[in-house]
Amino acid sequence: MDVVKKVFSYRKIRTETAFKRFLVFTAIAMMVIAIAIFLTLVIHSIPSFQSLGTRYFFGTTWDPVSNVYGALPFLLGTLITSFLALLISIPFSYAIAIYLGEYQTKGWLSELLKNIVELVAAVPSVIYGFWALVVLVPMVRSLEVKVGAAPYGVGILTASLVLAIMIIPYAASLGRELIRLVPSDLKEGAYSLGATRFEVLRHVILPQTKSGLFAGLLLSLGRALGETMAVTMVIGNTSILPDSIFSPANTMASVIANEFTEADRTLYLSALIELGLVLFIVTVVINIIGKLIIKRFSNE
Amino acid sequence: MNLIGLKIKNFLLAGLSFMAISLVACNGGDNNTPGQMANNASSDDNTLLGAGSTFVYPLFSKLFSEYNKVTGLRVNYQSIGSGGGILQLTNKTVDFGDSDAPLNEEQTQKIGAPVLHIPMCSGAVVLSYNLSSVTDTLKLTPDIIANIFLGKIKSWNDPQIAAANKGVTLPNTKIVVAHRSDGSGTTNIFTTYLSKVNAEWNTKPGAGSSINWPVGLGGKGNEGVAGLIKQTPGAIGYIELAYAAQNKMAFAKIQNKAGNFITPSVTTTSAAGNIQLPADAKVSLTNTDAADGYPISGFTWALIYKEQGYNNRSQDRSNKLVKLLWWNIHEGQKYCEGLNYAPLSPSAVAVAESILKSATYKGKPAM
Repeated sequence: MDVVKKVFSYRKIRTETAFKRFLVFTAIAMMVIAIAIFLTLVIHSIPSFQSLGTRYFFGTTWDPVSNVYGALPFLLGTLITSFLALLISIPFSYAIAIYLGEYQTKGWLSELLKNIVELVAAVPSVIYGFWALVVLVPMVRSLEVKVGAAPYGVGILTASLVLAIMIIPYAASLGRELIRLVPSDLKEGAYSLGATRFEVLRHVILPQTKSGLFAGLLLSLGRALGETMAVTMVIGNTSILPDSIFSPANTMASVIANEFTEADRTLYLSALIELGLVLFIVTVVINIIGKLIIKRFSNE
Repeated sequence: MNLIGLKIKNFLLAGLSFMAISLVACNGGDNNTPGQMANNASSDDNTLLGAGSTFVYPLFSKLFSEYNKVTGLRVNYQSIGSGGGILQLTNKTVDFGDSDAPLNEEQTQKIGAPVLHIPMCSGAVVLSYNLSSVTDTLKLTPDIIANIFLGKIKSWNDPQIAAANKGVTLPNTKIVVAHRSDGSGTTNIFTTYLSKVNAEWNTKPGAGSSINWPVGLGGKGNEGVAGLIKQTPGAIGYIELAYAAQNKMAFAKIQNKAGNFITPSVTTTSAAGNIQLPADAKVSLTNTDAADGYPISGFTWALIYKEQGYNNRSQDRSNKLVKLLWWNIHEGQKYCEGLNYAPLSPSAVAVAESILKSATYKGKPAM
């Protein structure tokens, strides 16, 4: 009797269910918060959407004084800086991924590099902004003087450069993991047929990992889209449409950060929140695409 | 087991939908929610809460720490920006707000009750520039400033600038305009000035705490604009006097309404406010008639409800608040100059006194 009691103790069962409930509850709470954020953004964007409609997305004037809000310069600014940063970062992140995943998988150098790459991801963005302001801006300015552009130093190019450095670790780490996952019998098979290292990389590893590497890029793009502090410090913050990569511009995230505290009218506040909503949707969509690609890849 | 599973599901669904609703709802709050304050803010009557302008924050921290030494009253001031301070006062979550601009129409309508604007001090906005070859202090007229910020004067050796600065050799450098990218009272003071002195500026872009700049680069905060000016040859931008003075930046003499070129300083800023003020003190100090006053400056106002007996506030609390502000405009004024704020002129103190005296608690004078 005693043994049975111990095994089927009601207390045990209760603890078990309570613990399970707790786990489910906390896990779903995260989801609820995400949905609640989305709904909050939608609700607060309604005044702006009602009064501005689609003009909001195509208008090029952002004038809080006369209550005219056109977000096109910021949409473009965000997309241009993010994609340019992605373009700049690709060679570096792929090189790091291939080197650490295939050429130098063990040893102190590999460990050191891996740790440094991870460290780069952990540095707070305001530090990148500060560094860019002090080091990158004068460099870009002297470049601008050479090519005959207006010597501002700040602008799209500077912002893209600092963003590129910040997003390299994301694609690099994921790429390294995926390259390591390539089955060794495939590689050994290729080697035994007389393939060189580069040929193995070109014909075995890259085809095997290409969708995963692409997903890594999308994740870094998601990061670049939302980056605020470092960008706002070096982009020049002007709401005039940019006409070259040296032009100062503005991004959605930096406009929100800059103007939110002093937005003193309902429509103004709502227009800023709608900017947040657009940014939210763009980053979520890009992240979902990235995740779907990773999922398909790991199923294969 | 199935039954238990179902129950868990139901329980979770109910809980989650409740959470989702409350998370969305609790952020709906720029409307008045009566009865929120007294319990919400601080039940401790020895701590007053304030929020608002970042511009006045260094002065307020000094004043409140001094006041704490004298009376033991604690003041918790959050420098979240003027707009935020007004919103907090509207929601009645603070005892007082502080703003660098008077309430606009929409804010007045939302707040729903009379609000007193009590001037605390004034601050000047200076035009700082980066011209390494020019050693004399530049002189600027209102038209030159407006035309530079409108993008019409593009080079430093423009005849208009040369005419105001006879004997100074101006370089053929391109002008780079720097302005604040964040919404700020400094921008409001500067653009209010430009709207007053220049008809074209007044129609477009106009005045506000953030505006649609025709030209230039934006920097975040005084330090952002100062950074742009220091780094970019040929740059010009506006920053607070206190910041420029502390960082030893070159700034221009500005021609005031009387035609005199005035070097910005605490004294000339105070002088600009020594004029006949309206009874509610809601006035811009830009381009005033004062002959020796610096033309680009403005008040920062503490904001309180005229009727202090709202939401079960204790009389003790309202009394402490009014006394604190009274102290600020009298004994507190001596701390202004050390921090590069301009103390209130005698006429401004008189107006501030009578405004503060008009505050009531349940219909009776609060003082």
